[in-house]
Formats: sequence, structure tokens, C-alpha cells
Amino acid sequence: MNTSLLLQLLVNGVIVGMLYGIVAMCFVLIYKSTQVVNFAQGEFVVLGAWVCLSLVVSLGLPFWLAFIFSLVFMMIFGILVQVILLRPLVGEPVISVIMATIGLSIFMQATMNWIFGNNAVRFPQVFDQATVSIGGLNVETAYLMSLVLSLVVMGLFFWFFQYSRWGLAMRATAWNQQIAQSLGISVGRVFAMAWAISAVVSGIAGVVIGLVSAVSNSLAIIGIKVFPAVIVGGLDSIVGAIIGGLTIGILENLAEFVDGQYLHVGNMYSVAPFYVLLIILMIKPYGLFGTPDIERV
Amino acid sequence: MAHVPNPRPTGDFRVSYAADRTLFKTRNETYFVIAGVLLVALAPLFFGGYVLSQLILIGIYAIAALGLNVLTGMTGQISLGHGAFFGFGAFASAWIASRGIPVMFAIPLAGVMTMAVGMVFGIPAARLKGLYLAIATLASQYILEDFFARADWFTGGTYGSLAETASFFGYQLDSDASYLYLVLFWVIVSFVGVANLARTRDGRALVAVRDHYLSAEIMGINLTKYRILSFGISSFFAGIGGALYGHYLGFVSGEGFTILLSIEFLAMIIIGGLGSVSGSLLGAAFILLLPQAMEIFANAVATVVPAIAQGTAYIKQMSVGAAIILFLVLEPEGLVHRWRLMRASWKLYPFSH
Repeated sequence: MNTSLLLQLLVNGVIVGMLYGIVAMCFVLIYKSTQVVNFAQGEFVVLGAWVCLSLVVSLGLPFWLAFIFSLVFMMIFGILVQVILLRPLVGEPVISVIMATIGLSIFMQATMNWIFGNNAVRFPQVFDQATVSIGGLNVETAYLMSLVLSLVVMGLFFWFFQYSRWGLAMRATAWNQQIAQSLGISVGRVFAMAWAISAVVSGIAGVVIGLVSAVSNSLAIIGIKVFPAVIVGGLDSIVGAIIGGLTIGILENLAEFVDGQYLHVGNMYSVAPFYVLLIILMIKPYGLFGTPDIERV
Repeated sequence: MAHVPNPRPTGDFRVSYAADRTLFKTRNETYFVIAGVLLVALAPLFFGGYVLSQLILIGIYAIAALGLNVLTGMTGQISLGHGAFFGFGAFASAWIASRGIPVMFAIPLAGVMTMAVGMVFGIPAARLKGLYLAIATLASQYILEDFFARADWFTGGTYGSLAETASFFGYQLDSDASYLYLVLFWVIVSFVGVANLARTRDGRALVAVRDHYLSAEIMGINLTKYRILSFGISSFFAGIGGALYGHYLGFVSGEGFTILLSIEFLAMIIIGGLGSVSGSLLGAAFILLLPQAMEIFANAVATVVPAIAQGTAYIKQMSVGAAIILFLVLEPEGLVHRWRLMRASWKLYPFSH
């Protein structure tokens, strides 16, 4: 048994899992507050990364400025998507809403392919030091930043929902729209805000992934990987999304390890999460932390 | 579905239940359908390869879309794995035919095989609905895609597998003109089959499951049975469509059966009209012809704005995405609904009701 490889893969799993968790959180946020499943979440991630990258590369902006600009762009984009595309579909059956976001995802994919090209592009050197030494262990700065940013985002989420006025409004809306409305909460604004936050955080995740590896349209697969994560955690639990993301990240890398060392079937990395997804759906359809949907007649 | 007036011709009274449940509502409708079939059957006399190949592809996609319409339109269950079932049918038929069974029998056998696979993947549907089901079928899409790449004995792995040419009692169906008749035969069988299904107890049970599954269960409909059955029927038609597709191309490779194909099938039934038999055909034609129309359009624009030229491939994909979104926002009931509105206003002219 190759322990150092296993350890390396586990660390990878945690870092990737954190990112899955963040994107899953965005996904859950939208689902919880607007009852929309966003199949274009992966494209949101990629869009954020591309915008930041092209600001850095073509306009020559410093990284942090480009990062902030791209987040502002994502915020506006998220609001526009909600207002233009999803507001007319409020009250339509589930399938229409799902298809609308699927249509959006196809459209965004093609548009981004056209504008930004099909190739993977790396960020120019952003950090002065490529690696940082922590307790004798060399860690890539990008990985470290990814971990730190993930934790910061999670902390901000927690603070926002627990203590801020708008967070309370969003929780109220998620719990019961009619009651929230009767208490003077503008549900329309809450919806727009959910999409804005989700787009911004997806953008952050995109930039971080872009820093860790490279920016390419194939990153959108993260939008698909998010499904096993949210199903493990439960579609409407934000904590569940993070735990689910971590689980799937680690599971992927473990599957890779077991496959590479013992099974040699290949491609387990990308398929294992889906087997887990099917099994969980059979045993615990509402995930680990989801609320069961009990219908009374 | 919003109400569209559909006045019957004067004197056309229904005096028995049987008369009220006929396949075609009016005599003109019957003539219209027969004329359509005849026109397609005569098409090889007038048109060349391109039109015929488009007709064949429309027919093939329409069969698969019809299957999805049984699942999504009639039973109200979303499937994001239809493209993979379509692919499974193609591989299954190529595999069966390579064992020495004539293609004529391989096609329905492939349908049955795909049906079995579809029912296995439909088992989660017994407990799930809505979003959770959509995600479960997404998993089946990826698992099947992985299977295509892995199962060398069945699919030829990454190389793909050869599908034999269809033959009819020794007569090779190797030209577009002759293959058109095979596809036309299956289109008629499938469409008449599904139109009839909607009139049977089972078909009504499926609709009841869609409309309100709890009430349906209280009425004595076995939910598990009908949900899995609906997956079975849907994958059967996906399998038939896939088999026809495989034998038409003569070569099957796993790359074509991605999530994008599944989405295109969903787009077909949404654009055509959910739950509408004829809508499946309209939607398949629309989704197949739209990218080509867009290509012609883009090429025309490119003569003026040369920058467009390299984006033709992207414009094709964008048009599909945009079509889905625009239909959902502007015409959620699909092309069939638009057609009904036009027919109603024609019949009622100059009155509006």
C-alpha cells in the first residue's frame, strides 16, 4: 500500500471537496430560496474564472482588482438571469424550470466557447512564492489560498444567514414565502439576491479553481459533480452541501486510489460519485441533512 | 393546459363512448395523417439524398422523442438519461446483429433489451419524483456512458462497433430511399402504438400518476408498477430509435450519446408539446432543422460580417439553448398548442370564440 500517494490524494480530496462544497452551497442556496435547480451552476463557475482571467490577461489589471471586478460582474449577471429568465417561470412546473436552466447552460457553454476559445489557459503568476512551507510540508500557495478562501466564504455565509437582516429575510422566505411576504419581505428581491450571492460565490470558486489548475470550459463539469454532493447532503441543507462536497471530493480521490492500486478498471474517478448518488437516493432519498417532504392529503 | 376551442364540424355528434375515443377526432384528421404518410412514402421519387437523410433522421429522433414524451409528458417524470438509452439501443442492435440475427429482428430485440435496462434504471423512480428523479436519471446517463467506454465485448469500447446494413428478405436496405421505408414503418408503429396507449387503461393510469399521484394511488393505481412501466416504454422507443440510428450510420460510437443528446430530446418534447403525440414529431423536426437553418443564416451573415464565420458551430449550439429558453418563456405549451390556436382561429373566423 502506497501511503504517501494515499495521503496526497486525501489532501487533494479535501481541497477539491471544499470547492465542491462551496459550489454545492450556491446550488442549495438557490434551491432553498427560489425552488429552482440550477443546472447552469457549472457555467457560472467557468464564467467567473474567464472574466477574471481575461481582465488580468487582456487589460493587464492587477489580480485582486480583476478579482473584485469579476465578482461585481457575476453579481449583475446573477440578478439579470433571475429577473429575465426565471421570474417569468415562477409557478411553472418543475420540468419547465429545470429545462430553462439547462437551456441557459447550453447557451452559456456555446457563448463562452465562442468568446474565450476551447483551450485551457493558465493564470499568469499571481503569487510571489509558488509554494509555502508549513511545518516542513511544502504546500502550493494556490492550494492554500483555495482552502483559506473556502473557509472565509463559509464563514461569511454563516454570519450572513445567522446574524444579518437580509439573511434572516432569506431564511424566512425559504421557510414560507407567503408568511414572509405578509411580514413585509420583498420576495422578488430575496430571489434576486439569492441568485446574485450564488453567482458571486460560484465566481469565487471559479477563480480559485482557475488558479489551482487552469481555466477551461471543461471546468463546467463541476456543475454536474455538484449533484452527487447535494444529494448526499440533502438538497436543502447548506451544512449538508459542504459535508456532501467534502465527501464526494474525498470519495473521488479514494476511488482513484483503489482503482489505480487494485482494480485497474479506469475512469472510476468520474463515475464513482454517480454510483454513490444512486445508492443514496435508494436508501435515503432526502440525503443526510435534507428535510423529508411529507405530503398530507 | 390552457383551453383552446376545437369546434367539431356541424353534424358530427358522438353518440357512443367508442365514437368519443376514436384515434382521430375528425375525418379530416384521418385524411391529413394518411396524406402525410403517403407524401413521405413518395418522397424518394422527388427528392435527393439530403432531404431523404433529413426525413430519416427526423423519423428516428421522433421515435425516441415519443418515448420520452410517454415518460415526461404522460407520466410527468423527467429523464436526463434518454440519450444514453438511445445509445444503448444502437449498441444493442449492432451487437445482436453481429451474432447472426437478421437486422429486422435485431431492431425490436434491441428495443426490448433497452426496455429492460431502462426499467432497472427506473427502479429509483418508484420512490423519487421531480428533482430527485432528474438527478437520478442524470446518474444513469453517466453510468451508461461509462459502460459504453468500458464494455469492449458489447460496444467495441473506444473504437465503437459496426452495425450491419438492414435487409428485407435478402433485399439490402442500403440506400436512403429504401431505409426511409423501414424508418417510416417504425414511426407509424410507434406513433399509432402510443396514440392507442393513451386510450387504454394503462395509458390513463400513467396520466393519472402525472396529474396527482396520491389520488391515483387512492384510485387503486399501483404507482411503482406504472412508474417503472413508463420508464420501460420510454426506453423501448429510445432503443428502437437508437437501433435504427445505428444501422443507418452503419457504425456506432459512444461519443454521440452524451448528456447533450438527452437534453436535445427533452428540448424536442418541450418545443413540440409535452404529452402530445404529434408534438414529438414536430419537436424532433424543429430541433433537427433549427441548427441547419441557423448555419445557413450564419453563413449568409458571414458574407457581410466576416467575424461571424468562425462562430457558426457555436451559433448552432446557442440556437438550441435559446430555443429551449424562448419556448419555455413565450410558448410553454409547445408548437402543438400554437398549431391548435391557429386552427381554432381559422375555424372560428371572424369570431374570436
